[in-house]
Amino acid sequence: MSVAIKANRLTPYMFLAPAGVILVFALLYPIGYMVYASFLDWSPSQRIGQAEFIGFRNYVNLWGDEAFRESFWVTIRFAAIVVTLEMFLGVGLALLLDRNLKGMAVLRTVFILPMMIAPIVVGLMWRYMYHPTVGIFNRTLKSMGFEGVPWLSDSTWSFIAIVIADVWQWTPFIFILALAAMQSLPRSALEAAEIDGASEWQKILLIKLPLMMPVLIVTLLLRLIDAFKVLEVILVLTNGGPGLSTEILALRIFRTAQEFQELGEAAAMSNLLLMLLMALTIGMFAYNRVQEARVARQRAAAEKDDD
Amino acid sequence: MPQIRLENLVKRYGNFEVLHGINLEMEENEFTVLVGPSGCGKSTTLRMIAGLESVSDGEIFINEKPVSNLEPKARDLAMVFQDYALYPHMNVAKNMSFALRLQRRPKKEIDEKVGVVAEMLGLTKFLHRKPGELSGGQRQRVAMGRALTRDAGTFLFDEPLSNLDAKLRGQMRAELALMRQQVQKNMIYVTHDQIEAMTLGDRIVVMHGGYIQQQGTPEELFKRPANKFVAGFLGSPPMNFLEAEVQDLSDRSFVSGKGFELVLPEDKAAAVASSSSKAVTLGIRPSDLHYSPDAEDHESVDLQVIVSEYIGAQSVLLCDCGGQKVEVELKSETPIALGETLRFAVNREGIHMFDRETEVAIR
Ligand SMILES: Nc1ncnc2c1ncn2[C@@H]1O[C@H](COP(=O)(O)OP(=O)(O)OP(=O)(O)O)[C@@H](O)[C@H]1O
Ligand SMILES: [Mg+2]
Repeated sequence: MSVAIKANRLTPYMFLAPAGVILVFALLYPIGYMVYASFLDWSPSQRIGQAEFIGFRNYVNLWGDEAFRESFWVTIRFAAIVVTLEMFLGVGLALLLDRNLKGMAVLRTVFILPMMIAPIVVGLMWRYMYHPTVGIFNRTLKSMGFEGVPWLSDSTWSFIAIVIADVWQWTPFIFILALAAMQSLPRSALEAAEIDGASEWQKILLIKLPLMMPVLIVTLLLRLIDAFKVLEVILVLTNGGPGLSTEILALRIFRTAQEFQELGEAAAMSNLLLMLLMALTIGMFAYNRVQEARVARQRAAAEKDDD
Repeated sequence: MPQIRLENLVKRYGNFEVLHGINLEMEENEFTVLVGPSGCGKSTTLRMIAGLESVSDGEIFINEKPVSNLEPKARDLAMVFQDYALYPHMNVAKNMSFALRLQRRPKKEIDEKVGVVAEMLGLTKFLHRKPGELSGGQRQRVAMGRALTRDAGTFLFDEPLSNLDAKLRGQMRAELALMRQQVQKNMIYVTHDQIEAMTLGDRIVVMHGGYIQQQGTPEELFKRPANKFVAGFLGSPPMNFLEAEVQDLSDRSFVSGKGFELVLPEDKAAAVASSSSKAVTLGIRPSDLHYSPDAEDHESVDLQVIVSEYIGAQSVLLCDCGGQKVEVELKSETPIALGETLRFAVNREGIHMFDRETEVAIR
């Protein structure tokens, strides 16, 4: 093989090199740092070199930590509930608003406003609205002759309260992605379905949703990852309380590092969260691969029939 | 009894009127072709019949029943779209059986129907493939198969062959003609290709600018075009048009212009005599001009060859006739030179005349 050809083969890697360097420093270094820190007994007053290496003790401690397990379940419950609600509402809204009426453009813009507000502001806003006496919810309830609801002081209600706030903020995200997916659907296929005799519902269930599925799955994944990491709104709204009822993992990690000064343990928790999210991503990836493989197998079988 | 009838059908988009009162009757089991240049409103007409576009004015009758307020599915029709409009996530069998499955027909019946249609269209091997795994021609066939499996009373086609390459289009056209013999149904076929229109249609409807120009059998339209537009639209190479005057002499009438003077057959002379205008456009199809060096002066034209296009056995010559362009066809082996002046005899039946103002045929 001539030198020129070898050089040609190397060219793409040379172009990739700068991106590779940035990747190492911006991504791998911090993650490696965190993984290393999770094996240390490390308090903020020490430099990292002075911290004692304790192996897997942080992880073992977490296993026995009642509070950690509680916040782990709160996180799972929270993520599952909000993402399910948001998917239904977001896709439902998109199905409703996918038509060319006058003023629809304005309405669509209004719908995505919540997503543009900074999370801290969203938290403050909802805290004010949830206020037991002057908040809009309780004032309205009382004016209609009902009892006020202890939005943020009861453990069940405060969980509901953070779910509502999150759904309010993130449904628009799913809405715009679903709407974009819907508007890129082949028009004529829908017209064909209409002529074939499909009702509005059948068109949605048999044509629109299946065709949107790839986009919806990616949207779901993105939202799920985000929901696992949620912090600011809940920090402002309930700060994890009352008790541990709304203490999601990110908040637990934040407090472990900030209040309990256990940097090593916080790093271990972060790692667990990271691994959870990785498992989700890889699971989704594997699902796609399996699907593709199935299609490929069918195609091969079909082609064999051809001969 | 007419199966489908359009009565004063009007379509407006806002204030913009694109169809100006279409009147059309289609007999039972007739293959009707709507043909016309791009933007003339063919698709709009078809989509209104299908129920995909609302009717602005007028009415559509199917079996004497007004349908313009019915949903597409209540009109008992099947449609083949220009881009095929297959369901990308369903395999061929599922695509073809979609309508029947919606009707909750028994599975056995569905499989049987799909099997028969797939066999007829040569799709049996592809039943388990998705549309994305098929070639353009195969997709086209699936679209056709989906419409046939429906077993609807009326079939609508919107330029179903226009996405295929020339060779495949010719092949599919032949298959369509064959299918047309096996399937006795009302068919309405939209195309801008006049060859498709001529070969497939029992009745051709020529549209232009949102109006129907003329309708009739392919032969009627070809032999007796109602106006200059229809005359120029049908036929390939297209009809030649020459500015001319009609002169009445004592015993005979002549139509003459720069570089030619032709004697008019008696029926044409009578038609011109009863019409007011003497300024006409003379129309002669290339197929009505025959190379004939010994022809009479008043029954022929002398043409000077400008360009010769070789297309196999025939060549198309672009010629000059007193400053106006004329196309003729000639056997390729005829020895001719560019710039040479040749004499072509004019077929008597091939003389068409149109009023120069209104462009309506004088006949
Ligand atoms: N949604 C619309 N809004 C406004 N005008 C429209 C709309 N759809 C079609 N038109 C107009 O209606 C006219 C007829 O369109 P149509 O699609 O019926 O043409 P066509 O004969 O099918 O042409 P083609 O051979 O190019 O398909 C065109 O002038 C087009 O610009
Ligand atoms: Mg069209």
